[in-house]
Amino acid sequence: MDALAIHRLHFAFTVTFHYLFPQLTMGLAFLIVVLKTVALRTGDPHYDQAARFWGRVLAINFAMGVVTGIPMEFQFGTNWARFSRAAGGVIGQTLAMEGVFSFFLESSFLGAFLFGEKRLGPKAHWVSALLVFVGSWLSGFFIIATNAWMQYPSGYRVGPNGEIVLTSLWHLLVNQWLFWQYLHNMIGSVVTASFVMASIGAYYLLARSHEAYGRTFARTGVIAGVASCCLMLFPTGDQQGKNIAFLQPPTLAAMEGLFQTQTGAPLAILGQPDMDRQRLDNPLVVPNALSFLTYRRWKAEVKGLDDFSRDWWPDNIPLLYYCYHIMVGLGTIFIAVLLVAAFLLWRGRLYLSRPMLWVLMLALPFPYIATTAGWMTAELGRQPWLIYGLFRTVEGTSARVSPGNGLFTLIGFMGIYGLLAVLFLFLVHREIEHGPEA
Amino acid sequence: MPTIWFCLVAVMIAVYVVLDGFDLGAGILHLSVARTDDERRAVLASIGPVWDGNQVWLLAGGGTLYFAFPALYASGFSGFYLPLMIVLWLLILRGISIEFRNHIRGGVWEPFWDAVFCGASALLAIFFGAALGNVVRGVPLDASGYFFLPLWTDFSADREAGILDWYTVLIGIASLLTLAEHGALWLALKTGGAVEVRARRMAARLWWGVLAAVIVITAASFAVQPHLAVSFRERPWGCIFPLLAIAGLILMRFRNARPAFLGSCVHIIGMLTSVVFGLYPYVLPSNSNPALSLTVQNAAAAPYGLRIGLIWFAPGIALAIGYFVFTYRSFAGKTPA
Repeated sequence: MDALAIHRLHFAFTVTFHYLFPQLTMGLAFLIVVLKTVALRTGDPHYDQAARFWGRVLAINFAMGVVTGIPMEFQFGTNWARFSRAAGGVIGQTLAMEGVFSFFLESSFLGAFLFGEKRLGPKAHWVSALLVFVGSWLSGFFIIATNAWMQYPSGYRVGPNGEIVLTSLWHLLVNQWLFWQYLHNMIGSVVTASFVMASIGAYYLLARSHEAYGRTFARTGVIAGVASCCLMLFPTGDQQGKNIAFLQPPTLAAMEGLFQTQTGAPLAILGQPDMDRQRLDNPLVVPNALSFLTYRRWKAEVKGLDDFSRDWWPDNIPLLYYCYHIMVGLGTIFIAVLLVAAFLLWRGRLYLSRPMLWVLMLALPFPYIATTAGWMTAELGRQPWLIYGLFRTVEGTSARVSPGNGLFTLIGFMGIYGLLAVLFLFLVHREIEHGPEA
Repeated sequence: MPTIWFCLVAVMIAVYVVLDGFDLGAGILHLSVARTDDERRAVLASIGPVWDGNQVWLLAGGGTLYFAFPALYASGFSGFYLPLMIVLWLLILRGISIEFRNHIRGGVWEPFWDAVFCGASALLAIFFGAALGNVVRGVPLDASGYFFLPLWTDFSADREAGILDWYTVLIGIASLLTLAEHGALWLALKTGGAVEVRARRMAARLWWGVLAAVIVITAASFAVQPHLAVSFRERPWGCIFPLLAIAGLILMRFRNARPAFLGSCVHIIGMLTSVVFGLYPYVLPSNSNPALSLTVQNAAAAPYGLRIGLIWFAPGIALAIGYFVFTYRSFAGKTPA
């Protein structure tokens, strides 16, 4: 493998593993605030006990997010030195802001939330839960701001030595790409947390243990899940798609497997990109749908890959196409499943419907897969650029770090993260078995 | 403007070393000052609510370095690739050993994580010291401003040196001793009973080690990096930094744990500021061709970013200090067993 492939794999592996944890932390922090609010307003200790249980899961999950997050901050410099040197004056701003504004907040109040319930009293404890939520969502904001700038750079100029110089902090922190990407990502974290909560609730109901909590978890998860899943599709997903259509048109063509420019472009539901023949094999399509979704006109022209020069094509079109279709496909299935579950809940039959509970319980891994596929769509879709249209990925690596050294540390991370995964599953499994009354 | 940011980054790193230093030190001494499970729980309880926040200073300092001095961040982080990756692995292992140790009682779980906690803390102290040693000694920067160092070569501190040579290992050992002493004084302040007694005894003994280390590394540093002497000759007012370190060293002899711990903080700040002052205006000297060295000026980001950065940094860091005051006050005094 050449150096570029190893550095890309290094970042991809560590960031993919890392983001398994923050997505639950951010979504769960929100749901814990919901539980704490219900507890405060009704005075029902049941909801405090439920919040304590999810606080214990959050603690384990948060620790995993912290220890796997530190390497991300370092890797910009270790593996992507030329990119950092060129763009550090811009993206260093948002990364430093994350440390200063959110990490300090989170780390201070997570301790207060986990260990300080007795000392703080109910109101101050609710505030500490809220601040953990605010800290984690701020953290998400600064990371998405960094990524959004790489997807859609604005508020900069290029200096004489090729360095990229910030000219407007405002544009870095407020732009149309960032707005929709942030909402899409954060609501996605609520989807993950909702499914996790509903899944554990369904498990308790099916196993006939801790059933009172099982009902609370299933109900909370299904309600939050159905709302967040719908918001993922519309407006956030829709607007995110429009951003790509207008600001990264070759990416849209590659995601959709649209090789030729056409009026009334079809939306591919299934099919495999055939790069040799420049077409989709075994296609199952909805005629004119892509034109309508993008431009709200059935006969609008959508540009295909043939309209763009090859050096603007994403470098792994089949993988990009599959990731995008996995994300959208799962998102659609989530909405269908949760609408049925919400209907059963409304009719008062959810807790008795064993088939539905089985589906909810087994759904646990799928939001993680959808989120990962979504991020792979964003990152593969940006290729062959690190900063879209401005700085190519191949120019960003650390020139002096050899492929051998890169492979050495990649293997090291794989070993350590394998160990972390086993530990995480083991400890969370114990918490679930002990149950909320522990 | 770059000099202001240089001072701010230096202060953030010094705060990191002082704060995370005592929980690293507690880790280094974990197996020796605490023998029973209850005693070890007391050590962990004394750092439990604060260690994660302390570590954030490293991340915030790193982030600040990134946007204020992108060329230094890029060059330093890619050049010190291997030791940094090892530091990351140690930080991961140490973090989970603190967080996960108390989840399961009895048998082999706790002794395993105690050993990981102690070993990772000690190695981190050595690696951080060695990293500082590398910056003082200089690295073989090339014309494009990059370098790459193997972990070790022949242990000579000349141009062919790796990350570890006699000088950087010496700084690593000095760092281990200094942070162990710092941790001992923290435990003397925050714990009671047998742990406190052992920590006090340890602190009294380690003090002599720290004293010896200070003398040796001072002599070695002036020999390895001639620019240090130039700085102190040209700007004699900088002698207040070494004097601060000496004052701290004297304070550390107090019987009362509070001034002694404070003395250790002052000592660490004095030592670090002496180094930073001595190197200025270099931030990463080249040991092959001094003209290729990275300086405060040539490594800094453009003026607009530095100016606007100051506007959000000031309230941000004020908030952070507020959280720290809140946290440390909530957990003030001896940690209840």
